[in-house]
Amino acid sequence: MKILVPVKRVVDYNVNIRVKADGSGVDLANVKMSMNPFDEIAVEEALRLREAGAASEVVAVSIGPKEAQETVRTALAMGADRGIVIEAAGPVEPLAVAKLLKAVVAEEAPGLVILGKQAIDDDSNQTGQMLAALLGWPQGTFASKLALGTDAIEVTREVDGGLQTVRLTLPAVVTADLRLNEPRYASLPNIMKAKKKPVDVRDAGQYGVDLAPRLTVLKTAEPPARPAGVRLGSVAELIERLNAAGVI
Amino acid sequence: MTTLLVAAHDGAHLKDATLKALTAALAVGDDIHVLLAGDGVAGAAAEAARLPGVVRVLTAEAPQLAHELAEPLAALLVSLAPAYGVLLAPATSTFKNALPRAAALLDVMQLSDVTAVLAPDTFERPTYAGNAVVTVRSADPIRVVTVRTASFRPTPGAERAPAPIEAVAVPADPGLSAFVGEQFSEADRPELTSARVVVSGGRALGSEERFRELLLPLADRLGAAVGASRAAVDAGYAPNDWQVGQTGKAVSPDLYVAIGISGAIQHVAGMKDAKVIVAINKDPEAPIFQIADFGLVGDLNEIVPELTKALG
Repeated sequence: MKILVPVKRVVDYNVNIRVKADGSGVDLANVKMSMNPFDEIAVEEALRLREAGAASEVVAVSIGPKEAQETVRTALAMGADRGIVIEAAGPVEPLAVAKLLKAVVAEEAPGLVILGKQAIDDDSNQTGQMLAALLGWPQGTFASKLALGTDAIEVTREVDGGLQTVRLTLPAVVTADLRLNEPRYASLPNIMKAKKKPVDVRDAGQYGVDLAPRLTVLKTAEPPARPAGVRLGSVAELIERLNAAGVI
Repeated sequence: MTTLLVAAHDGAHLKDATLKALTAALAVGDDIHVLLAGDGVAGAAAEAARLPGVVRVLTAEAPQLAHELAEPLAALLVSLAPAYGVLLAPATSTFKNALPRAAALLDVMQLSDVTAVLAPDTFERPTYAGNAVVTVRSADPIRVVTVRTASFRPTPGAERAPAPIEAVAVPADPGLSAFVGEQFSEADRPELTSARVVVSGGRALGSEERFRELLLPLADRLGAAVGASRAAVDAGYAPNDWQVGQTGKAVSPDLYVAIGISGAIQHVAGMKDAKVIVAINKDPEAPIFQIADFGLVGDLNEIVPELTKALG
């Protein structure tokens, strides 16, 4: 079975982003970019399935600017077999991403698609669900454990208050939550090897998908700040204040 | 146009998240229909019929809807959607799962985790782990919206003549998915997202044993739900469903006690809507003190037991 792993290039997890003073967006000039952390977990899970003999090939695909190639190379350095980059100028919304991925699925015919549950830039948490919808496939979102069979997959999902396990017919879409696994670091030899792995670069235009955004961002603002509080000297003082505030 | 509010419920009763999402639905300004999907929803439907602003309650009952699976639930939403201008649900795990599926089938872009309603087509939502708030306008004929419940106060039921309750047809089960089982943790505590008080621990607790030893007695005293930072969850001190933050749950209790939590922005994104925030941390420079109403600098191993004892 082939596994397709969509990966997104996002602002690095550790960067403190700044909102532009004119409200036109977030300042991304000279900011470190990395693979979306949830997508790293998705790549790791696909690799583990291949290493366990349950999958034959892992294909990483990224949609974005030219630099999305770096993100695909990161997946290849972790161990993915080959990559696809679909170049698109400007932001591509989850619905359009899902439509492009549907076209890639039609070409590649994977048995499973694994991707992160959400990207840490737009925090939409939509792409996996939308892809499953457009394909008419079942979806196992927020996965913390997978058990892959021959014609079905059991997915244990992180839900409010606990865990839910569902059985999905294959092919299926799975989105990775934090506890699915701990992604490996790419070793230097593997980073070198990744440079020789095949990456197919395409233009998003060739798929005939309407990429025009449906949502218009009117303004980007800093979140409202909370007024600074007070430092207290003792537990007794704290209890007094909490009583006065009427919260205990 | 009319707004369809998709309710979170347990069959017998509405969940608090529904009352918060109702506040967002009322802000949209149109008539509201409430949908209860499940298998046996009469009790919750009767409650929904008395909510302010609700003109009709729809019940959709079928075995395949019993476990809130995305595939049959999205099929139901798609069958109802054409009659509505806004499809709105609380951002619970059920609706985070099902609504984008419905949105894609309707060929519309969803607005996730909305924190304010500015107009029927214009909303605010957090991005970059809450570091940037965007105002977005939708050009789609149907707006599919999930609501961050922490950002809205609940609108309770009212003394009123109940709205009519009507059963709707349920589309055939797509047959793609089946429920296998579920496992819920510590049901004797209040639910994290609706608790009045939350006691949360960070990596400074040092171990799972210490996390439980120190936090659970304090939580018991306060009748609180227990939360954790992502660092504490990653370190294995607390289960993932306790995680508060951008990648976990957003909470808005009256009182939030952050113990040994440094205050990473991704954690703050999930708790900054609390009415009163208390921080206990040994590092006086920890960013959590910048947003806390009351701070205690010191050793949590001494302060927390002292606090628990003093509350007894």
